Amino acid sequence: MTELLEILLSASFWAAAIRIASPLIFAAMGELICERAGVLNLGIEGIMVVGAFAGWMAVYSGLGLWPGVGVALLSGMAFGLLHATLTVPFGLSQHVVGLGITLLATSATYYAYRLALPQVTTPPKIDAFDPYAIPILSDLPLIGPALFTQTPLTYAAFATAALVAFVLFRTPLGLALRACGENPAAVAAQGLPVTGLRMGAVIVGSGLMAVGGAFLTMSAFDSFFFEMVNGRGWICIALVVFGAWRPGKTLLGAILFAAFDALQIRLQQTPLGAALPYQAFLAAPYILSILALVVMSRRAQVPAALMVPFRKGER
Amino acid sequence: MRLEPIPAPSLARRLGLPAFALILTALVAMGLVALAGAAPGEVAWLVLKGAAGSQFALLETLNRATPLIFTGLAVAVAFRAKLWNIGAEAQLYLGAVATVVLGTGLLDWPPAVLLPVLAVAAMAAGALALLVPTFLKTRFGVDEVVTTLLLNFVALLFVSYLLEGPLKDPMGLGWPKSPPLIDEARLPRLVEGLRLHWGFGLALIAAALVWVIQTRTIWGFEIRAVGLNAEAARFAGMPVNAVLVRTAILSGGLAALAGFSEVAGAKGALTLDLSPGFGYTGIIVAMLALLHPLGVVVAAIFVAGIFVGADSMSRAAGVPSFIADILLASALLAMVLALGLTRLRIRR
Repeated sequence: MTELLEILLSASFWAAAIRIASPLIFAAMGELICERAGVLNLGIEGIMVVGAFAGWMAVYSGLGLWPGVGVALLSGMAFGLLHATLTVPFGLSQHVVGLGITLLATSATYYAYRLALPQVTTPPKIDAFDPYAIPILSDLPLIGPALFTQTPLTYAAFATAALVAFVLFRTPLGLALRACGENPAAVAAQGLPVTGLRMGAVIVGSGLMAVGGAFLTMSAFDSFFFEMVNGRGWICIALVVFGAWRPGKTLLGAILFAAFDALQIRLQQTPLGAALPYQAFLAAPYILSILALVVMSRRAQVPAALMVPFRKGER
Repeated sequence: MRLEPIPAPSLARRLGLPAFALILTALVAMGLVALAGAAPGEVAWLVLKGAAGSQFALLETLNRATPLIFTGLAVAVAFRAKLWNIGAEAQLYLGAVATVVLGTGLLDWPPAVLLPVLAVAAMAAGALALLVPTFLKTRFGVDEVVTTLLLNFVALLFVSYLLEGPLKDPMGLGWPKSPPLIDEARLPRLVEGLRLHWGFGLALIAAALVWVIQTRTIWGFEIRAVGLNAEAARFAGMPVNAVLVRTAILSGGLAALAGFSEVAGAKGALTLDLSPGFGYTGIIVAMLALLHPLGVVVAAIFVAGIFVGADSMSRAAGVPSFIADILLASALLAMVLALGLTRLRIRR
């Protein structure tokens, strides 16, 4: 018990939690935008793989770190455009298209990796983002090292969440986007382009997912591995439900989830870790996500037009 | 420009567009091959030769198609009822676990008794794996896409635990592997002397049975009705939740048979790499087959041929074998688009 307290009160534990949360925040915000506009994006897992590879490869080929993030963003937006074209104007099954995008994006990434680096056995490393201590704030006890001694990409994740919250709930564009997810016919009656708004949401959202993937290769680690995304995309979909489609709650959910993930890694080193198989700890985050879905399902405010295609002039 | 529904699409439209989709996909793949610096024509020929160029290649393709027929059927059955089972991978592994638990000496019965028992036990394990998300869907309204996806990871970790713990092979030299099945628990060959096991025969029987269930029984009618419009089905007095539960048992059981057939037929033991994504590829197979059970057999052999052919091509031409996965994922998307366009036309 004292060991648990010791872990929970250590700054390094919370620093790890914030670090683990960062890619989830990016990707979950991307998914949230898509779903708020009425499109379920199951391409998230594959788009994160693309972003992880594209950002890393761009830096490896000589680009700067921030331009690398830009490349990741664009690669995600490209797959977002494909997803949006198939699901919005054509109104095809969002389940099947999303899974198809994940399969396509993943295999295209692995193919590109093999083409770019045919001979390597261990993937090369890049100079990834370094932590940047924010002056004054980083001197605060506990939260200083936990929150304000992170890499710039983590600060960008939090800024993104704030921006998404602001745009969705404080601007006319956000109102129109949310209305697309609740009652697209009403949006069309206002003379606004439902198709364009929804496609834009999916493209921008997919870009954010790719940046979430890029965080893994450019900030959390400094290299690209197969299967490094490892279900994080699916967890983000659960996080959006857990956060009741609200950016603030989704952000908190991501941190909570990441704290749990960081905790299970640390608990493996304790006597409890010796008593239980390590697979139980690794499975815990997935099981936790499922339990969170069950608990939240009763109160969930699902966007009314989620997964409902819209064609002008049809009811 | 807008899209209009077509009430009764012509036969030419219904067949022409999917054919066009497959040609388009092949062109995309050829472009990617050219990008890798190889000659597309030669690569296509190598894939074809690797998949069906000899008796050995053809049997290899049919062996690889066997688990894909099972997972393809599992997905097709579930998707018909709009039960989004993306967890065929987990169900496959649990079926394999059940086979190994009972088939490595615990039951020592003659094959004629043991093999059916193993198959049924595997199906029960797979059905159970899908019943959990189905129950969460019907009882709490939790989306089964996410839960079945997440359970795939849990199932794989569970298998990893079993292979390093209770099911570890004492003779395995530290490699995570189960003890081998006893001889009575191995599926015999379909034809003596040819490297093709009875799992393939079982898969064909399963496809025929699913076809009979879907087209000739009230249950099959109910599955389709629930899939087309659950509200209307409920209004017509159909027990929607019961139909979903029965569909889940069938779908999970079919996916588990893939695990049973891979362990008892092909490999003889359980390892962590038993399935290179057969569960996910099952989705592609089912969609290419337009969810038709007999079409699943054709699609599975086609998909298996692409994989087997690409493996052998990759060794000869140096194009990464991931080209097969790209080809199939784009075929899936192109096919969905083609299906959508058979029912829609573009108006200016």
